[in-house]
Amino acid sequence: MSWRRFLRRAAWDAERRRELESYLDQEIADNIARGLAPEAARAAAYRKLGNPTRIREEIYDMNTIDWLESVWHDVRYAARVLWRSRSFAAVAVLSLMLGVGANTAIFQLIDALRLRTLPVPHPETLVEVRVDTHGQGRTGSFNGRNPRMTNQLWERIRDESHGLTSPFAWSTTQFDLATGGESRPVEGLWVSGGFFDALDVRPAAGRLIAAADDRRGCAPPGIVISHRFWQRQFAGDPGVVGRSITVDGAPLEIVGVTEPRFFGLEVGRSFDVAVPICMEPRLRDRALFDHADAWWLSVMGRMPPGTPVVEASARLAPLASRVFATTLPSRYTANDAKSYLAFGLIAAPAGSGVSDLRRDYAQPLWLLLAIAGAVLVIACGNLANLMLARASVREREIAVRLAIGASRPRIFRPLLVESLLLSATGTLLGIWLAGLLSRALVALIDTPGTSYFVDLALSWRVMAFAGGLAVLTCALFGLAPAWRATRTAPGAAIKAGTRSTTDDRQRVGVRRVLVVGQVALSLVLVMAALLFSGTLRNLVTADAGMRTDGVLIASFDMRRAGVPADRLLDAQQAFIQRVASLPGVTAVASAAIVPMSGSGWNETLVVDGEAKKPYPNINSVGPRFFELLQTPLVAGRMFDARDTVGAPRVAIVNEAFGRAYFQTPAPVGREFRFDTGPGEPIRSYRIVGVVKNTKYSGVRDEFGPLAYLPDTQDERPGSAFTLLVRGDGRSALAPALTEAARATHPEILVSYQTLDDQIHASLVRERLMATLSGFFGGLAGLLAAVGLYGVMSYLVARRRFEIGLRMALGANRLRVVWMVLRESAWLVGIGLVAGIGLAVATTRWSQALLFELRPAEPGLLAVAAAGLAAVALAASLLPARRASRVDPTRALRND
Amino acid sequence: MPKRGTPALHEDFLQGTLDVLILRTLVLGPAHGHAIAYAIERSSNDVLQVEHGSLYPALHRLEDRGWIASEWGASENNRRARFYRLTPAGRRQLTHQTTRWESLARAVSRILRPAPGARGGR
Repeated sequence: MSWRRFLRRAAWDAERRRELESYLDQEIADNIARGLAPEAARAAAYRKLGNPTRIREEIYDMNTIDWLESVWHDVRYAARVLWRSRSFAAVAVLSLMLGVGANTAIFQLIDALRLRTLPVPHPETLVEVRVDTHGQGRTGSFNGRNPRMTNQLWERIRDESHGLTSPFAWSTTQFDLATGGESRPVEGLWVSGGFFDALDVRPAAGRLIAAADDRRGCAPPGIVISHRFWQRQFAGDPGVVGRSITVDGAPLEIVGVTEPRFFGLEVGRSFDVAVPICMEPRLRDRALFDHADAWWLSVMGRMPPGTPVVEASARLAPLASRVFATTLPSRYTANDAKSYLAFGLIAAPAGSGVSDLRRDYAQPLWLLLAIAGAVLVIACGNLANLMLARASVREREIAVRLAIGASRPRIFRPLLVESLLLSATGTLLGIWLAGLLSRALVALIDTPGTSYFVDLALSWRVMAFAGGLAVLTCALFGLAPAWRATRTAPGAAIKAGTRSTTDDRQRVGVRRVLVVGQVALSLVLVMAALLFSGTLRNLVTADAGMRTDGVLIASFDMRRAGVPADRLLDAQQAFIQRVASLPGVTAVASAAIVPMSGSGWNETLVVDGEAKKPYPNINSVGPRFFELLQTPLVAGRMFDARDTVGAPRVAIVNEAFGRAYFQTPAPVGREFRFDTGPGEPIRSYRIVGVVKNTKYSGVRDEFGPLAYLPDTQDERPGSAFTLLVRGDGRSALAPALTEAARATHPEILVSYQTLDDQIHASLVRERLMATLSGFFGGLAGLLAAVGLYGVMSYLVARRRFEIGLRMALGANRLRVVWMVLRESAWLVGIGLVAGIGLAVATTRWSQALLFELRPAEPGLLAVAAAGLAAVALAASLLPARRASRVDPTRALRND
Repeated sequence: MPKRGTPALHEDFLQGTLDVLILRTLVLGPAHGHAIAYAIERSSNDVLQVEHGSLYPALHRLEDRGWIASEWGASENNRRARFYRLTPAGRRQLTHQTTRWESLARAVSRILRPAPGARGGR
């Protein structure tokens, strides 16, 4: 037996036919030569040879692969059977497609974000060097999405020997490609000279940044762009190498393009432009490069193959004391210095890169996968019901076949093949659907400010997952009916076909269990939907202490306008005056930290010479900030024209601040200062006003102590600043603001977002969970209702005779309806009780994603149960009504 | 074919017998199915009367194992016929099978106590 023969068995058979014919020709000719008459010669030849067809069959059988042949028969048979009941097949395939599609789509995201390694050679040898803070905080400013190291630390680690080959550093940033007017942000990377070499990235065009390009105080070196950016921005023009583009105002030459598969080290994002780290002080006016307390870099390296990460950590550990001692930031207070010097260095595996998307979405995605999986199980329950119904229709046929001696496997197999065919078709379509759904999911979590890039190529893991689902679903809905069908005693089945007044409890039992399970599972899913939508509602309606609607956040970058540092404050104030006088603008205020933007700034507070805990949050705002956000003043005064650089330092605090440090909600007139490092001026701030509590960095924040400083007293303002602008809602503000900026200086860069959009964007995850869990919860409820309807209809149909009898004996319609409803109420009741138990046990996994809700909130459980009960009642009313319409004479006469 | 009344030999045993006979016949040179069938009949003094049809599955099996090879050619009276020839593997197989057969035959005849004419498994 060979595959070649198997596939060519028809051609082989033709060959044999010719060979046998050749034998017969020869033998007939010989017989005639021996003197036989032609007819007799032919007959004798056939006798000598035997039956040619049988010989060919024997050879054909030797060529076939038995089981394959018979499986093929079964598949064709199943396809014909399914084609005859098209509507059933369509329902089954469609529900499997949706179920498998949803599950695979979610798994695809999990795979892309969580399970896959970076597309670079030997990702397993990559490690990230991290600071082990021993639970202490790091002090300083934090920039980029993975701020683990300062440049000083990186330069020290680079020059030490630590067993890591080709160490490199990198950081995420945004570059602005605009030369003026509205900004054109692109995703940027700061990279050290060894970055591309260490990662074994090859150029698609030109060359990549090399060690020689990254030297302290470097002359403008070349920059590298990503393949995606090359395609998007330059349509893959090969002449792009050598061309200059404006990056943060500086014309820089493109020296090369990276290979297509390389997107950076951040899973979920793709870089556009990579610039050597040494360019940072040239491009940025508040450079992080020389600040020993600016955390912005990530340091990585490769271990020799086969080295365990613990060993890499062990080799880094002895360096720590020297590295930290030589890089101690001069501005640190004594406390900060103490914890800084105690820091350690450790290595962490980095083969799968870093990802904020992964951090934010890994848990929600696993939860969604569990939810979608449960929906699939519920859908399989319905399919199992349908299969059971079909099997009972064919019960007599099967019984007859069993009775005349068919083996159980022979009966079992076509039924199983039928379900396999359904699940395979559903799965294939589901994989196709998953491609669309996973893209839609990424689009759903993408917001205007971010540009997620998730590589959703089908990996073997995704295919294995989908294949596993196919087998699982098939087993779930196909195995039980097939098994049951062959268990039936032929005699009983044949008899049952003629009279079904009494029903064997077992047959209905399976369906009852199915419905109970479906109700229980859907209760859990409805509960999840209520929890997540409740969380979203709580977050949206949470009192932020301010009015956010109608506020535009406008960011201005005056860096290139060439305003000298000592005149920046005046220039900004003049610009704010100009904006305030624009038609349609009702209020303008500057703010260092835009409320609920995710940014933050805190300091160590000192009251009466004593350092206080917790650290208060700080904001530096313009005089009309509170008026603009309609945050009420509780005591004292607002900032005003008195608060200038030369005047005594003042502050406005919130009520929580007063309570935390002064044991009074309104500590007007009290003073405080911040803990400062050596060489910093010591300043005292007098509290002149107290405002109501507001949220600070995010919607999820609790109200904490918060101090506002007037930015009119800031003698060193940055060249970039943010204005909050409230308009009268009648005209678009952005064009007028852009025009005002252009009129002031053509090179001012502007970008806009509304405060509501920004808050909206910060709730993307919650919205995703609420939307999807709501959808799945609704679907689960509906599927369970359909399942219940099916079972109740079946029961009513089975009990027609009994119902007819009851009615003939005087039961009225209401009694019959009640009888059916009571039956369904039992099933639903047991399901709900089981579901509540299951919900209490499982919803705690959602704890971390909830806001002001307990996982097993009794009120919500009650709502979920009541809702499901109502749907279940509706689903069983129809069969109940049908039962009450049974005509006793007809039901009894013939069955 | 065994004579009526004699218990059927084990199928494998019968097959093996036929296989060896075919291989042995082909030692003399390539031959087509018709010729092989008659050669076996003749050389066993008509003791072994094979149903000629059963030869073809055997030929197929041997070719499948790579012991013989076949191609179309012209027969002695210029008819098209499929000619089989022994491959080197088939030649080795024949030697091996022959040794096995001889030892088996010796063993069987020792048990049956040599009686003239009882050869052939009667």
